Amino acid sequence: MSAGAGSDNLPWWATGLLLPVVNVTLALLVSALVIFAIGEDPVGALGTMLRGAVGTGEGIGYTLYYATSLIFTALAVAIAFHGGLFNIGGEGQAYIGGLGVGLVCLALPGWPWWAALPLSVLGGAAFGAFWAAIPGWLQAYRGSHIVITTIMFNFIASSLMVYLMVNVLIKPGQMSPESETFSTSMFLPMMADMMAGIGIEMASSPLNFSLFLALLACVGVWAFIWHTRWGFALRATGANENAALYAGIDPRRVIVITMALSGALAGLLGVNELHGVQHRLMLNFPAGLGFTGIAVALMGRNHPAGIIPAALLFGALYQGGTELVFDYPTISRELVVVIQGVVILFAGALEHMFRPALVRLFSRRPAVAASKPAGA
Amino acid sequence: MSAAPPSVSSAWAVELVGIDKRFGPVHANRDVTLRFAPASIHGLVGENGAGKSTLMSILYGFYEADGGEILVRGKQVNIRTPQDAIRLGIGMVHQHFMLVETFTVLENLLLGHEGGPVLGPAMARARAEVQALEQQFGLEVPLDALVSDLPVGVQQRVEILKALYRGAEVLILDEPTAVLSPPEVEQLFRILERLRQQGRTVLLITHKLKEIMAITDRVSVLRRGQVVAEFITAQTDRQALADAMVGRKTSLSVDKAPATPGPVLLSAQNVNVIDARGVTTLKDACLNVRAGEIVGIAGVAGNGQSELLEVLSGMCRFDSGTVTLKGDEIGPATKYDAADARRRGLAHVPEDRLKLAVIKEFPAHESAILGYHQDKGLSKGWRLDWKRVVAKTVSLMEQFDVRPGNPNLRTSLFSGGNQQKLVMAREMDREPDILLVGQPTRGVDIGAIAFIHRQLVSLRDRGKAILLVSAELDEILALSDRILVMCDGEIVGELSAAEANESRIGTMMAGIKDTPVPEAVAAEVSA
Repeated sequence: MSAGAGSDNLPWWATGLLLPVVNVTLALLVSALVIFAIGEDPVGALGTMLRGAVGTGEGIGYTLYYATSLIFTALAVAIAFHGGLFNIGGEGQAYIGGLGVGLVCLALPGWPWWAALPLSVLGGAAFGAFWAAIPGWLQAYRGSHIVITTIMFNFIASSLMVYLMVNVLIKPGQMSPESETFSTSMFLPMMADMMAGIGIEMASSPLNFSLFLALLACVGVWAFIWHTRWGFALRATGANENAALYAGIDPRRVIVITMALSGALAGLLGVNELHGVQHRLMLNFPAGLGFTGIAVALMGRNHPAGIIPAALLFGALYQGGTELVFDYPTISRELVVVIQGVVILFAGALEHMFRPALVRLFSRRPAVAASKPAGA
Repeated sequence: MSAAPPSVSSAWAVELVGIDKRFGPVHANRDVTLRFAPASIHGLVGENGAGKSTLMSILYGFYEADGGEILVRGKQVNIRTPQDAIRLGIGMVHQHFMLVETFTVLENLLLGHEGGPVLGPAMARARAEVQALEQQFGLEVPLDALVSDLPVGVQQRVEILKALYRGAEVLILDEPTAVLSPPEVEQLFRILERLRQQGRTVLLITHKLKEIMAITDRVSVLRRGQVVAEFITAQTDRQALADAMVGRKTSLSVDKAPATPGPVLLSAQNVNVIDARGVTTLKDACLNVRAGEIVGIAGVAGNGQSELLEVLSGMCRFDSGTVTLKGDEIGPATKYDAADARRRGLAHVPEDRLKLAVIKEFPAHESAILGYHQDKGLSKGWRLDWKRVVAKTVSLMEQFDVRPGNPNLRTSLFSGGNQQKLVMAREMDREPDILLVGQPTRGVDIGAIAFIHRQLVSLRDRGKAILLVSAELDEILALSDRILVMCDGEIVGELSAAEANESRIGTMMAGIKDTPVPEAVAAEVSA
């Protein structure tokens, strides 16, 4: 018997649009205060961020490129969330997934990109799935908490990659830990080139074919979670493990499979970053996008339709932040991280801070209309 | 903190005047006016969803009413939170106890009233005050025992004592007897009578009209959010109350012809379950259920019935013995889960609806396919055919009169009785050969009880085997063709419907065996 039951009926647009807008606005206000505090002009700085992110063709390209990676990692968080699991290991899974992508690409010299892509997708997904399935198995059969194990696996992934890049996969005779470059024939087409092919001019940016893959993944995740028997089993397990058991679903199996799927999605980040842009195996390519994916998923309410706009927002923050550092010598990269952090704080972690106020606002209206003037 | 002296400014302890409450489209209370006299026991009855719990939640400060006013001892008051209610001398004993299991009784009583960072002096003071209360009301509770070690009946007394210790003049009891054995119910009633003698007001919410008749002074009937009748208990009877609750003539007994049992469809031989702590929760269980009969299992909740149902339905592994399902032997090592059980024609209505049978967060149509989502008929290729699922749910809802009949409403927004009807509809829809039913009418209102009972009897008459577990002796007696009694994980005896009566089962439930030991039962049944 909780007081909250039944009182939480906000219209969809209030939770889906109004609340995020309120949160982001507040985050920008706080960011403006910080910028003001270090003696810069907040309006000018935020304007530069905005222009940098969406003001030029190149900026838009970069924003979309970041958003592509974020969609993969956010979908990973979302699918695990529906299975009742908080996967914090997107970063490590993306890292190991990238290893899979790189190994596949290195193994297929001279292949055309369209033939190599399905295999590199498979490689990234398989490696990411494997890396996430281990914590999944530990949670399901050994009771180790998934939050702890996935965090630990981020560290293991990072160390493993350093070892492999420095000792095994490094291109012979060079200093920096990078592998050989993939065959140019298999580079994924850049969006600018594809657009040029159909007569549309577009500024050059790292945005590549992977964006379509990301959108396809959104549709796939949506269909899987809400329109298949397996998705039903996954959601049932996430909502109530005992009820799943009653329904003849083995929750332990579902947990392992859910984590594998989650890891597979995170692993696809490697397709965008390595197969699409860097064209070689290297260190640190996930660059925190695995963690930011958690905030994107939270803000997108773990639904692909919400994740796409949230990924665009965070992509814009990444790109706008880069421009800001470039234009304002007093604003350091760390301050941009602060601004991103504030947005994550308000839009992600404190997502529900204004919810009770909004609920009160909305429940008051019909109540006032219905109740008699009698003052209780 | 002792009880405030009752002022004499009003003839009524509590008055609810014109209370109105809506949850979105649901009008839970409309213009409800109720007055409760001091030194009385006032019963509140009504079907599920009639608005009893909402009304009491308003009085206890969980919800705020949209309109109307509350008067305590003649003075208009604002109750916004449970703290307000407690301050005004209103206490509540919830159906699900609000106790910290790892604390002692005294620590639980003190919780929230420590009065400072050091517990010692407060504890000593509390002990003295609580002992005085125990004396005054004849409530005996071991103050230094851990709550988790106490039987439910005693835990409930702790809850009552907690309310009194916080100064409750008015005590709300929500379905207090649902978890109690018959002797515990009697003890509770003695306590309630003592409370009345001492001038306290007791509001008793219950589904059990027998209890209303036994203990209350007045009784109010709610239907669809409104007060439809109020009786002086001595001047009414169960039938009149039942009719008022449902709004039409009802039948309290179950009409059924004698059973014509067929072959054994489900049997268990010496099944043992040892839980993670090494406790044997099911001991050498032996039973047979035949086609065309209802076998009832009586017993105080928590004596192995849940484990028995879970083993038979494939949800829980067992450590030794065999289960035979339509001729197939299943041992501890056989792969047998709930999906296998369903495939073989065994359906299961579990005891704990909210924990197992539905998913609260899901819309009703998703809860309505729980366990059957693999059915070919509900899928189109790789995807679930939601149109067909919704259509199926609508038809289930129509057949079992689930209200509101909206398949897209969240499961948790249905009242307990309607959730139960949905579960019954789902499980009976596939015409299972064997139906396991746990507490089919727990928290279900009278109209729905009669309906569910009729459905069970008609399933039996169609030649299906039914195993019924219920904490309600009335229900076991009304429905069963044979009755097994469980105590402490063991089946301690068997009675035929003809030889069973409440007192005989009652003594067996308490663990006093007066009929054959389990082995003999098995021999007799399978002979």
